[in-house]
Amino acid sequence: MIYADALIGAGPLATLECMTDLRAGRPIGASHFDRLEPLLAHVAKPIQYVGGEVNAVTKEWDSAEVRWALMYPDAYEVGAPNQGIQILYEVLNEQQDILAERSYAVWPDLEEAMRAAAVPQFTVDGHRALGDFDLIGISFATELGYTNMLTALDLAGIPVHAKDRDLDTPLVVAGGHAAFNPEPIADFIDVAVLGDGEEAVLLISGIVRQWKGEGRPGGRHELLMRLARTGSLYVPALYEVTYLVDGRIQRVVPMHPEVPWRVAKHTLMDLDEWSYPKAPLVPLAETVHERMSVEIFRGCTRGCRFCQAGMITRPVRERSITGVAEIVQRGLEATGFEEVGLLSLSSADHSEIGDIAKNLADRYEDSQTSLSLPSTRVDAFNVDLANELSRGGRRSGLTFAPEGGSERMRKVINKQVTEEDLIRTVTTAYASGWRHVKLYFMCGLPTETDDDVLQIASLAKEVIKAGREISGRRDIKCTVSIGGFVPKPHTPFQWASQLDHETTDARLMKLKDAIRSDREYGKAIGLRYHDGKPGIVEGLLSRGDRRVGRVIETAWRAGARFDGWSEHFSFDGWMAAAEDAFSGEVVDVDWFTTRERERTEVLPWDHLDSGLDSAWLWEDWQDALDEVAVDDCRWTPCFDCGVCDQLGTEIQVGPTGVTTLPMPEVRAGG
Amino acid sequence: MASRRPPDRDVAPVVQRIRIRHARRGRLRFSSHRDFQRALERAIRRAGLPIAFSAGFSPHPKISYAGSAPTGVASEAEYVEIGLTSPRDPGQVQVALDAALPPGLDVLDAVEVRTSDFAQRLEASWWRIEFPEVDPVALAGARDAFWAAGSVEVERRTKSGLRRFDAREPVVWLDAHPEQVGGCAILEAVVRHVTLSVRPDDVLAALRQVADLEPPVPPRVTRLAQGPLDPATYAVGDPLAPDRRD
Repeated sequence: MIYADALIGAGPLATLECMTDLRAGRPIGASHFDRLEPLLAHVAKPIQYVGGEVNAVTKEWDSAEVRWALMYPDAYEVGAPNQGIQILYEVLNEQQDILAERSYAVWPDLEEAMRAAAVPQFTVDGHRALGDFDLIGISFATELGYTNMLTALDLAGIPVHAKDRDLDTPLVVAGGHAAFNPEPIADFIDVAVLGDGEEAVLLISGIVRQWKGEGRPGGRHELLMRLARTGSLYVPALYEVTYLVDGRIQRVVPMHPEVPWRVAKHTLMDLDEWSYPKAPLVPLAETVHERMSVEIFRGCTRGCRFCQAGMITRPVRERSITGVAEIVQRGLEATGFEEVGLLSLSSADHSEIGDIAKNLADRYEDSQTSLSLPSTRVDAFNVDLANELSRGGRRSGLTFAPEGGSERMRKVINKQVTEEDLIRTVTTAYASGWRHVKLYFMCGLPTETDDDVLQIASLAKEVIKAGREISGRRDIKCTVSIGGFVPKPHTPFQWASQLDHETTDARLMKLKDAIRSDREYGKAIGLRYHDGKPGIVEGLLSRGDRRVGRVIETAWRAGARFDGWSEHFSFDGWMAAAEDAFSGEVVDVDWFTTRERERTEVLPWDHLDSGLDSAWLWEDWQDALDEVAVDDCRWTPCFDCGVCDQLGTEIQVGPTGVTTLPMPEVRAGG
Repeated sequence: MASRRPPDRDVAPVVQRIRIRHARRGRLRFSSHRDFQRALERAIRRAGLPIAFSAGFSPHPKISYAGSAPTGVASEAEYVEIGLTSPRDPGQVQVALDAALPPGLDVLDAVEVRTSDFAQRLEASWWRIEFPEVDPVALAGARDAFWAAGSVEVERRTKSGLRRFDAREPVVWLDAHPEQVGGCAILEAVVRHVTLSVRPDDVLAALRQVADLEPPVPPRVTRLAQGPLDPATYAVGDPLAPDRRD
């Protein structure tokens, strides 16, 4: 048994692997709540661990043949609103013989108490032990959840290395955007799913159901073979990676003739056939998003070169205006939420967004329901939309994302916004009564110089100047938020050098000085940024290969947890872990992060097919270096990125011709 | 330039107020007061009740809460009052709200408001404290030591810093069950509501102080009732009774 003082920071972590007393003698599938309950009196925000939300589902253990624990590897307050988990939770539980429960990362205070009392990682629905399930599906929105996965597996008594698991151990399945390069966690997971999860979880469930029904022939290996043979489920253990003497990958080879050389991503073709979530969870605990979210389209073809989400979720698939209305109405009735969020990667780009927004605003005007559209498009149309959505309400802040500070930089990243566009847009916003404009930029982009970043300051000053002129007021504000750029797999920047954190920080200081030293505008401009260190760890995990797995494990054993939270993140801890794990190797952190790759290099994720043609990605990378922009293929001819060809489809956009929402009367609160 | 005045809404007036007694049971005893507020507001919307809103930029539903039990403590007697824009049958409100709230947040009673001194009627609370793995004899001894003490000063961290106060005086009745029930020794207490209210935690701190009572497992606390205090019998009455008169 492990006690508190051995847990965090001090020395290597002894683990709970294969401990037998975790179950405390109770049957498989039993609740462990009575053992957890006494611990809850001593931890922060215990409500996050008890479940019991409106629309939560707890099925009888014996009613199901296939049982999933869906885990979000971050705190409940972040994980509970996650759309992916909520959708899969519903999709799976709708099946009569499938059961799905949810689990979230526990904070270090509870982790310590659970280790002391030998209470296993649990689901919040039935408080069942994670080790009792057939499958543990973990959704990685970011790589910074990797250490929390190891904590959860260890607390569940599941060996952290896939090779040490036996027939009765659950399969660990990774999904989410980070799963498009699962190589750094290849040693810890059994399966990775690329792309949309709705059909994939049913595919996996079917294979597991059949294998169990047959009496689990061939053991765990046979099950993994069946999954791998589909060609769309990646089983890392069935591939061998060899390296060249200089550290680069030589090749990635399937170890069995039936295992495919490349693994395809899953793409849901008709969003209207998958009308989820139907009854979203209503958490009792406070969470980061408290609203009824509806995904109005999936995919994006704007072609921003830094954006992994935009690249890996192609093609564009719109939900119809009636489909959106139906989900909103049903969801509000099921939840009682006060806010509707119209989600997508760029919501103002839906071909019928004007009608959707107007109709929803009309429909819910008198019901104390607000609408939000997290769109950051820089144009006047976006302001019109925002005006429509805030009709009669408060006009606080409006967000735009030019991303690059200089015109040149925006050509490199393919964000086609001119300074003139931006000034015109914010002028419209200030003229419509908005007082506060937020601008998003990135620092550390390929080819970037100090001057490119300093132009953010001049842009912000121009914004305030224009705002003051049009509104005739002095109290208008502009907040500049800066994110550090991290090159991601399956994007044109996958070959790029990441900017080292010292240069990033120096550049941000220069920008800060340029804004603060301005007497006329400095006080009207807020600046938000993070230092460059977390970005280096994220970069290591994003573009890492299997050798990075040892770094993750070493960092975790030394106490790394909740790496996405600045109060828990330790850069020095990660660097020490890397030094240790890479000793005797020719590679190091810089090799994975700040090194530019050549066209011929085998990238760790080359055998994972996002649908994008590698030749197109390289061409787009060369265009970036030449400062050449390409248009959005929704409205211009195809650039042969490869996705539509491969899927035998084309982008799916309106107009559908339907402009009104055939909805029954909405119950207003009066 | 657009107007920055609050929107000119027709705010529907409150025509009926309903007082509600609800319970917080089982695992949902870990919900905080704020958690319950959000849950109730959403349940009211799901139930389709005609809740009234305040005017202004950010309208709030007309709901008022009586002093709620601390987070982690279960309760059979929490009270809220809601303002409606059209009259509803209180019995139907009770059923609809109970159905819309998650199991564990259960609506037990609802009456139409006819009196105005509700907060003053909440004079005392009746608590039950269950001590798993504690010997009833030891608990009874601790109870007697506490009862015999003239005063027991305890400390609690409040918003205004660390406060010292007497946990003995507001306790008007205290009883330890002679036998274990469900593996627990049981203590019941009736505590008058005073300005810095004495909570079950304070009573536990006092028992630790006067009798070294250290429960091996955190005790489970339930508020059984709150309402008017009968000075003769120390019974805690029903605070909704005056509203029930026809």
